[in-house]
Amino acid sequence: MVRLSSPQELEKYRDQILSKRKPNQPLITVCGGTGCHASGCHAVVDAFRSVLQEKAKGNGIGLRVTGCHGFCERGPLVIIHPQKVFYQKVKPEDVPTIFQDTVLKGKVIESLLYEHPVTGEKVVSEEEVPFYQKQKRMILGNNGSIDPTQIEDYLAVGGYRALAKALFSMKPEEIIREVKKANLRGRGGGGFPAGLKWEQCRNAPDEIKYLICNADEGDPGAYMDRSLLEGNPHSVLEGMIIGAFAIGSHEGYIFVRHEYPLALENVGLGIQRARELGLLGKNILGSGFDFDIKISRGGGAFVAGESTALMATIEGNVGEPRAKHIHTVVSGLYDKPTNLNNVETWANVPVIINEGADWFGRIGTEGSKGTKIFSLVGKVNNTGLVEVPMGITLREIVYDIGGGIPEGKRFKAVQTGGPSGGCIPDSMIDLPVDFDRLTEVGSMMGSGGMIVMDEATCMVDVAKYFMNFLKDESCGKCTSCREGTKRMHEVLTEISEGRGKPEHITLLEELGWVTTEASLCALGGTASNPVLSTIKYFRQEYEEHILNKRCPAKVCRALLHYRILPDLCTSCGRCAKACPENAITGVQKKKKEKGEPFVIAQEKCIQCGMCFETCKFDAVEVQ
Amino acid sequence: MTHSEIETIIERYGNKESAILAILQDVQAKEKYLPKEALEHIGEKLGIPINKIYRIATFYRAFSLMPRGKHEVCVCLGTACHVRGAQRIVDQIKIELGIRPGETTKDRNFTLETVNCLGVCAAGPVLAIDGEYFGKMSSAKVDGTLKKFRSDKKKEGANGKA
Amino acid sequence: MIPFIIDGQSVEGKEGAHILEVALDAGIEIPHLCYNESVKPYGACRLCLVEVTRKGRTRMTTSCNHPVMEGMEVFTKSEKVLRARRMIIELLLGMCPGDKLLQEMAADMGVYDVRFKKGEKDCILCGLCARVCDEVVGAHAIQFASRGDRREMVPPFGEEATNCIACGACVVACPVNVVGMKDEGDERTIVRWKRTLKMKQCKVCGNYFAPWFQLEKFREKAKLPKDFYDTCFTCRS
Repeated sequence: MVRLSSPQELEKYRDQILSKRKPNQPLITVCGGTGCHASGCHAVVDAFRSVLQEKAKGNGIGLRVTGCHGFCERGPLVIIHPQKVFYQKVKPEDVPTIFQDTVLKGKVIESLLYEHPVTGEKVVSEEEVPFYQKQKRMILGNNGSIDPTQIEDYLAVGGYRALAKALFSMKPEEIIREVKKANLRGRGGGGFPAGLKWEQCRNAPDEIKYLICNADEGDPGAYMDRSLLEGNPHSVLEGMIIGAFAIGSHEGYIFVRHEYPLALENVGLGIQRARELGLLGKNILGSGFDFDIKISRGGGAFVAGESTALMATIEGNVGEPRAKHIHTVVSGLYDKPTNLNNVETWANVPVIINEGADWFGRIGTEGSKGTKIFSLVGKVNNTGLVEVPMGITLREIVYDIGGGIPEGKRFKAVQTGGPSGGCIPDSMIDLPVDFDRLTEVGSMMGSGGMIVMDEATCMVDVAKYFMNFLKDESCGKCTSCREGTKRMHEVLTEISEGRGKPEHITLLEELGWVTTEASLCALGGTASNPVLSTIKYFRQEYEEHILNKRCPAKVCRALLHYRILPDLCTSCGRCAKACPENAITGVQKKKKEKGEPFVIAQEKCIQCGMCFETCKFDAVEVQ
Repeated sequence: MTHSEIETIIERYGNKESAILAILQDVQAKEKYLPKEALEHIGEKLGIPINKIYRIATFYRAFSLMPRGKHEVCVCLGTACHVRGAQRIVDQIKIELGIRPGETTKDRNFTLETVNCLGVCAAGPVLAIDGEYFGKMSSAKVDGTLKKFRSDKKKEGANGKA
Repeated sequence: MIPFIIDGQSVEGKEGAHILEVALDAGIEIPHLCYNESVKPYGACRLCLVEVTRKGRTRMTTSCNHPVMEGMEVFTKSEKVLRARRMIIELLLGMCPGDKLLQEMAADMGVYDVRFKKGEKDCILCGLCARVCDEVVGAHAIQFASRGDRREMVPPFGEEATNCIACGACVVACPVNVVGMKDEGDERTIVRWKRTLKMKQCKVCGNYFAPWFQLEKFREKAKLPKDFYDTCFTCRS
C-alpha cells in the first residue's frame, strides 16, 4: 500500500500512473451521473462490459464510468477515445455496433451523433456541441474524464497538486490572501466572500476549530452539488484540506443530505482512499499537518441547510437555526470557531491555488469572479448542468446553451435562487448573471437553480408552489415565518381557486414584508421573494385571477373549463372511461352506428384534465 | 428490533449522544420505520429524554413513525418537475390509490411520498417506485406504471371503479 | 457593567444579560410573550423586536436574546418596529382568536381586525410550557413536534404524557391559558396533555394535595423516607 509522505513522492506516483496511460489508448467512457442513471446508463454499461468480455479481453480497451457530463437531456452519453466521438441517447442495442464500428474501426455512427435542432448539422466531438460552447467547465470539466471511485484518475488530471503547493510552498496567511484576492464568493446562496470568512475564523482565539462542507443542497431543481460529489469528490476534499490548513482546523465534516446515497458512497470512498495515500489524516504528505473528515447525513429538512441549523443537527439537536448575534466563525459547532462553505465553493479552491488569484480574477465580473454552475431545467430544450463565467447573460444561457424553449412556445420568465429567489421576466433577458445584478432585480443567485418558464406557466401557481414548499420546510419557530408563509400560501390558494379579492395583493405584500423583516434566518428572510417578484413583474396575471377569475396560462384548475368540441369528437368513448367522476356521457361509436358526441357534465367535473390527456383527437378544449 | 440490535447500532457511533440522527437513520433503514420501543430504548441507553427523541423523529422527513408500505411511490415535486405538471401526477395517484402523500394504502402495499427534488430534472415529471425511475410521466401513464406493483389485479381506488 | 442606550436613555447591563431584561428593569416597555425570566430566552414570538444600531449598521432583532454590547443604540418604537409588531400580533391573534391578553396587546398597537381565516383559540407555539418543564422542573414531559405549519406542542407519540408529574408549571407559564388543570375528587388532570393522576391524601387533614406519581419522583430524587409525604405541606407547617 503506497503512502505518500512528501510532494516528491506524490509527483512520482502521479508519473507512474500517467506512464501506464498512453494518450492514444482506446477508452470508452459512459456518463454515470444521476440524470443518465434515470435514462438507463447502467444497461449501456453492462452491454459494453459483456461485449468487451466476449470480444476484447486483454486488448487494452478501457471502460470507464465517469461523473456527470452535464448534458442530462441527451443521456445516456458515451464518448469514444482517443477520437473523442460524442454519442448521445445511446441504447444498449447500439453497443455492439459502437464497438464494431467506432472502437475497432474508427467509423462514426451518424444516428448517434448530436444533431443541431435548427441547422440539422451533425457534430462529432463534445467541444463542438452548442450546449458546451459557451460554457467554461473549470470545475465540472473533469467529471467526464474520471471515475469518481478511482483516486488515480483524479491524480492523472493533476489532482492534489494544489494541496502540495499550499502545504509546502505557502503559509496559511498567504493562502487566505490569495483566496481573498480572487474574491471567491460563497456558491451556496449567501455569496459571502470566502477569504474573509476564513480570515475571521483563523483569527478567532481558540485551539479547536471546525471546518464544514455544506452538501445539504435543498433547493428543489438544483443538483449541482450532487453531481460534483458523485462525479469528482476529490476536488471538494482537496479544497477542504487546503482550507483547513489555512484556518488552522484539524477536524472537518461533510454534511450530505440523506436523499443522495450515491454522493454519500463516493465521498466515503474518496475519504478512505485519500487517507490510505496519506493525503488526509495524520501528517498529510509528511507536512506535519493533521486533518481528518467525518461524514454527517442530513435527515431530510431544507432548513437544516442553514448554517446554524446544520451545526445543531451535527450536535444531535433539531435543525432549528439560532440567532447569530455572535457569528459562527467565532462560535459555531460545539461553540467553537467554525468555517462552513458550500461544495462548489470548496471545489474552486484548488483551481485558485493552482492558477493563482490573478488568473481567476480575469474570469467573471467586477463583483463576481470565476464561474458558476447552474442547473438549467424546466421549459428549455437542453436541460442539464451548465458552468458559465459570471457575467454571461440570461439570453445566452437560455438560448445559446439551453437551445431555447421547446415546442416553439414563448419564453416568459426564469426563476433563479430556488425558493429564496425570484422570477425574472423576459424584458430582462439581457441581464448579466452575477450575484449583485440578480439581487438588484429582486431575485438572487442562490445555489444555482435556474428554472425556465414559458407561456404555459402560471406565475400565481409558481408563487403558490414555493409558499407550499416553504411553509412545509420552515422550522416553525418564528411566528413571522411560520404564520407568514402559511398565510401567504392560503391567500395564493384563494386566488388560484377563484376566491381572490382585490385587497389580497396588498395583504400578500404586507405578509411578505413582515416575513422578511421579522424572521430569524434566511429561510424566512427570503421567503417573500417568489411572491413579491411575481407581483412586481406579473401583476396583471394576479389581477386576471382575482378580477376576471381567469388563469391565462391555463394552469389553475379551478379556473379552467373543460368542454368537448362536438365537431371534433369521434365518439370513441375513451374520455368517459378515463373520467374518475363519471361526468362524461355520450353514445359510443360502434361498427355500423355513428354514435353521438360526448358531453362533460360541468357540475360533476373536477377539472383533473384526464379527458384532455386521453383524447387522441384534440377534441377537448380547455379555457 | 431487539435490544441488542439497537445497542450494536449505538456502539457503531461510539455511544455518543450527538450521533442520535445517524442512529435513527440506521434503525429506519432496517425496520422501514421507527418503532416506539426502539426509540424508548435508545433514549434510555444514551440518556436522552424521550420528548427530545420524539421531537427529532418528527422534525425530519427521513423518519416515519408508522410502518411503510411494501412499495414506496415517490413523486418528484421539484420546481422543474412542477412546471412540467408534476402535481397532476400526485392528484392522479390520489385518485388511483385513495391515499394522500405520507399515507399508506390499507393493504400496506403502497406508500405515497412527495420529494423536493430527485435530481433527474431533465426527465421530468419523474416518478420513482422503490428507487426505479419513470421519467416523462403523465396522468395517463400512472395506471400502467402502478400496475406491475399492485398486489392483485383488481384496481383499488377511492371511486370504487373496477 | 456594560453601558448602552435604549430610546435615548442611558442604561447598563451585566455581562451576559440581554436587551429585554435591562429594558424592563429600567421601566421601558417592550411587548413580549415567549419571554419568561425563569427560562432561557427563545425568540419564537418575535414581538420583542427592536432595532439595534452598532458599528454603523442597523438591524432588526429580538431583544430577549440579544446580548448587551457596549456602544449599541436600541430603538424600541421606531416606525419599522411598530409596523412589524402590528403584523405579528395580527398573525398571533389569527392563531388564538378571542384571547384577552392578545386582544389587549393588539389594541395597544391599534390592531383590531384579523384579515385571515380564524379557527378556535389555540396554542401560540411560544414553547414556554416545554421550556419550563425541561429547564426548571426536569420532567421532560412535552416538546415541539414536526415543523412548519404542522408544528405542535405534544407529549411524545401524541399520547398521554407519561413523564408528566402534573406539577402545573406549564399551566401557569402559558400566556394564553390553553393548558388547563382540573382537580376532581381524588384526581388531578392536566387537560391539554390528557394526563390524569391520582392524588395522595394527607394523613392529618384528609385533603388530596398532590399526585402520588409526583411525590414519588421527588422522594426518589431527594432520597427521602417512605412516609415523608404522608402529611401535606400545610399540615407540616
